[in-house]
Amino acid sequence: MTTLLIIEQVLNGLQFGVMLFLMAAGLTLIFGVMGLINLAHGSLYMVGAFAAAWVAGATGSFLLALGAALAAAAVAGVLVEMLVIRRLYRAAHLDQVLATFALILIFSEGTRWVFGSFPLFLDIPDALSGPVSLPGGIQYPLYRLTLIGIGLVVALFLWWLTARTRIGIQIRAGENDREMIAALGVDISKLYTLVFALGAALAGLAGALVGAIQSVQVGMGEPVLILAFVVIVIGGIGSIRGAFIGAILVGLTDTLGGIFLPELFKLFMEPGAATQTGSALASMSVYILMSAVLIWRPTGLFGARA
Amino acid sequence: MSDAVLATFGLNKAFGALKATDDVSIDLKPGEIHAVIGPNGAGKSTLIAQISGALAPDSGRVTLLGQDITGLSTAERAQAGLGRTFQVSALAMEDTVLENALLGATGALSRAGRLFASLGRDTELQERAAAALQRVGLSDVAGTRCADLSHGQRRQLEVAVALTLRPKAFLMDEPMAGLGADGSKRMTGFLDGLRSEAPILLVEHDMDAVFSLADRISVLVYGKVIATGSVDDIRRSPEVRDAYLGESA
Amino acid sequence: MIAERWLNMGVLLAFLAIPLWALAVDEPFTITLATRAAILALAAVGLNIALGIGGLVSLGHAAFFGLGGYAMGILGFHAQSFTALELGPLTIEGTKSMPVIWAVAVVVSALAAWVIGLLSLRTTGVYFIMITLAFGQMFFYFAISWGAYGGEDGLSIYVRNGFPGLNTLVPIQFFGLVFGILCLALALQARLRLSPFGLALNAARQSPARVEAIGLNPMRLKLVAFVLSGAITGLAGALFADLNRFVSPTMFSWQLSGELIILIIIGGVGRLMGPVIGAALFVALEHWLGGLTDFWHVWLGVVLLGIVLFARGGVVGLLTGKAGPHV
Repeated sequence: MTTLLIIEQVLNGLQFGVMLFLMAAGLTLIFGVMGLINLAHGSLYMVGAFAAAWVAGATGSFLLALGAALAAAAVAGVLVEMLVIRRLYRAAHLDQVLATFALILIFSEGTRWVFGSFPLFLDIPDALSGPVSLPGGIQYPLYRLTLIGIGLVVALFLWWLTARTRIGIQIRAGENDREMIAALGVDISKLYTLVFALGAALAGLAGALVGAIQSVQVGMGEPVLILAFVVIVIGGIGSIRGAFIGAILVGLTDTLGGIFLPELFKLFMEPGAATQTGSALASMSVYILMSAVLIWRPTGLFGARA
Repeated sequence: MSDAVLATFGLNKAFGALKATDDVSIDLKPGEIHAVIGPNGAGKSTLIAQISGALAPDSGRVTLLGQDITGLSTAERAQAGLGRTFQVSALAMEDTVLENALLGATGALSRAGRLFASLGRDTELQERAAAALQRVGLSDVAGTRCADLSHGQRRQLEVAVALTLRPKAFLMDEPMAGLGADGSKRMTGFLDGLRSEAPILLVEHDMDAVFSLADRISVLVYGKVIATGSVDDIRRSPEVRDAYLGESA
Repeated sequence: MIAERWLNMGVLLAFLAIPLWALAVDEPFTITLATRAAILALAAVGLNIALGIGGLVSLGHAAFFGLGGYAMGILGFHAQSFTALELGPLTIEGTKSMPVIWAVAVVVSALAAWVIGLLSLRTTGVYFIMITLAFGQMFFYFAISWGAYGGEDGLSIYVRNGFPGLNTLVPIQFFGLVFGILCLALALQARLRLSPFGLALNAARQSPARVEAIGLNPMRLKLVAFVLSGAITGLAGALFADLNRFVSPTMFSWQLSGELIILIIIGGVGRLMGPVIGAALFVALEHWLGGLTDFWHVWLGVVLLGIVLFARGGVVGLLTGKAGPHV
C-alpha cells in the first residue's frame, strides 16, 4: 500500500463525491423548498446520460452532448413538475414516494422502449483523455480530474446562487414560509418549476459526465439516486452545505472502504476470509455511515431540528 | 407546601438569552383551582411543557403528591396521576368519540400490552370510557368520528379523555380556547364541579372564566411569577395592572 | 357502496375459487400465480401493520422478506449438501421441514426488525423512510458480496421443502398451505386492530402527544408493531423462496420494498383486505400486461399515478366509499 495509491484513491473518492453532489444538490433543494421526496430524480440523471450519448453519437461533439443533457433533463423536469409533481406538494410523504416511484417505472421502461435494453456508450473527448502528471509523480486520468473541477465549480455556483442572488433569497424564503414569499409578490409556482428544472439539469449533467466513464443504460439512475438520498440524509435535508459535505463523505467512504477494509481485516484474519468480510463490509459501509449519523443526529449533520 | 398535590420549585428554562421560565415556584392544593394567567409570550406554554414533561427544565423540580417527577417522561407522569388537556385538541381525529375515550382508559388501566384481546369485551375499559363521556355529556355522540365533532365538543372530549385517567391533578391548557360565550359558560360550570375530584392547574386566557373559577391566581410575566393570591388580591394588585396595561412595572 | 365486511368475504372466496377452478380445468400455472399473489399479500399484510395502522412508512421491508428467504435458502442448502452450518460454538443442521424453517424465518426477521426498529424509530418522516431504506440496502449488498451462499447469483434449492401430511410439490396443496397462513395472518391483524394495543397504535400514528398524555410510550407501541410486521413479512419471504425454490439478493432489493408499498396502496392503506386485493391485482396485471407488452411497467406506472392522484384509499376505499387512514 503506497502513498501514491492512497492519493489516487482519495482522488477517485472525491470524483465520486462531487458527482453525487450534483445529484444530491437538486434533491435537497427540491426537498428543502417544496417539501417533496423525488424518487424520480435518478430518472432525470438517466435522461441526461441518454441525451448526451445520442447527441454525441449523432454529432461527435462532447460539448453539444453536455448541452443536450442539460436541456433534455431540464425539459423533462419541467414537464414532470407541471404534469405530476405540482399536485403532490401538499400530499403525504407516502403519496410522494408512490407517485415518483411510478414515474421511475414510466421513465425506465419508456427509455427501454425507445433505446432498447443494450447499453449505449459515450466516449471521453480526445482533449480530456489520457493521464495527467500531478505533483509528486502521480499519473491521474485528466477526465476524472476535470469532473472534480466541474463539481467544485457547480458547488461554488450553487453557494453563490443561494447566498448572493435575488432568486437565492426567494428560495430560502420559500423554505421558511410559503405565505411570506407569496406576500412578497413572488410567483411561487414559477419559482418551484424553476427550482425543479435546476435540480433536473444538475442531475442530467451528472448523468452525462458519469456516462462517459460508465455505460449508459436503463436503470443506471437508481443506485446513484439511493446514494444521493443517503448523502442528503447525512447532510441534513434541505442543506446545500450538508449535501456537499455528505457527498464527499459518502464518496470517500465508498471508494476507500472497498480498498482498505479488506487490507484492514488481513491484519487479524486469514487473507481469504479477510477479503470476503472486508468487501462485504465495504459494500455496506455507506449505509452503516448513514445509520450512525442518523442515530447520533436524527435530522442529519446540518438539518433543522424536527 | 407539604400538602400540595402538584408543585414546582424554582423552575428555570432559558432559550439562549431569553429566560422563558425564571425561578417559578407554584403549587396546587387539594380541592382548588389555581389559575396561571399572563400576557402573550409570558412563558405559559414553556411552563406547561415543563410540568407535563415535554421539556426538561434547566434547573428546579416538579413534584406530584410529594414525589419528585422532574426526571420522569410525559407518559410516566401521566401514570403517576397527572391528567392534562391540550390547547389545540390532540385527539385521534379519524377515531370515534368512544374510541378516544377508550384510548384514555387503555392507558389508565395499562391495557396496551394486550395485542390480541378484544376491546369490545373488556367491560372495565368500556365502563371507564362510557362514564367519562357521560360526565361531559358526550354519550349521545359516542359513535361520531372526532373529525365530525364541533369545536366545543372536541374541547369536552379533551376533558373526558383526561377524566378516564382518574388523575390526582389536572393540568389544563386553555380549555376555553375558541369556545363561544355559551360553551365557555358550560365548561366553567363543569370545571367548577371537578375541583372536588382533583385540583386543577388552569392556564387560561378567558378572564371571566378565571375570575369566576379560580381559588388562587398566579400572574406570569416574562417568565416570572409577579404575584400570587386570591381573585381580589390580583384584581387590586398594581403590578398586575401595570403588566396588563403595559405601563412600566 | 359495499359494506367492507362483505367485500372482505368476497375477496377471500374469489381468492380460493380461482385456483380451484384452475385445478378443475387443469391450469397449474394459474395456481402458481395465485400462490405467488397470496405470498406477496402475506408480505404486504405484514407491512400494512406497520404502515397502515402505525403510520410507519418503511422502505426497507425487503430486508425481512430477504431474511426469511435466506433462512429457507441456507437451511435448505445445508440439508441438500449434507453439511452442517457452523456458527462459532453452534452447529446447526440443515432442514427440509417447512415448520422449522418458518420458525427460524420468523425469529430471525423479528430480531432484525427489533434492532432496525430500535434504531430507526428515533427518526421520523422522510428520515425514517430513508433510514429503513438504508438498512434494506445493507442487507442487499451484504447478500451480494457474501460468496458462501451464492453471492449475486443466488442459491437454488432443488426440491421444495416438506410439510407433514402434504405433498408440497403439488401446486394446489402448496397453495392451500400458503392460503391458510394468509388467512391466519389476516385473522391476527383483524384481532390486533380491535385490541387495546391496536387502538393505541392507531392513535400513536394520529396524535403521539395524546398517547403520551394518557401514559403510554408511542415509541414502544410502534416498535412492537414493527417487530410483528417484520416477522410476518419474513415468513412470507420463506414461502416465496420455497415457491421459486430459489433465493437471490433481489429479495432484499429496494424495488421489492417499493412494490410491497404499492400493493398496499392499490388495495387500500390500513384496510384489512387492502394488501390481498393489491397483490391479486398486481400479479394479474403483471401477468396480463406482461403478456401483451414487454414494457408493462410503463402501464403499471400510469395506473399507480392514477391511484395516487385520483383514488386515495385504493380499491377498498373506492368500493366502500370510505376514506382510509391518513399516513
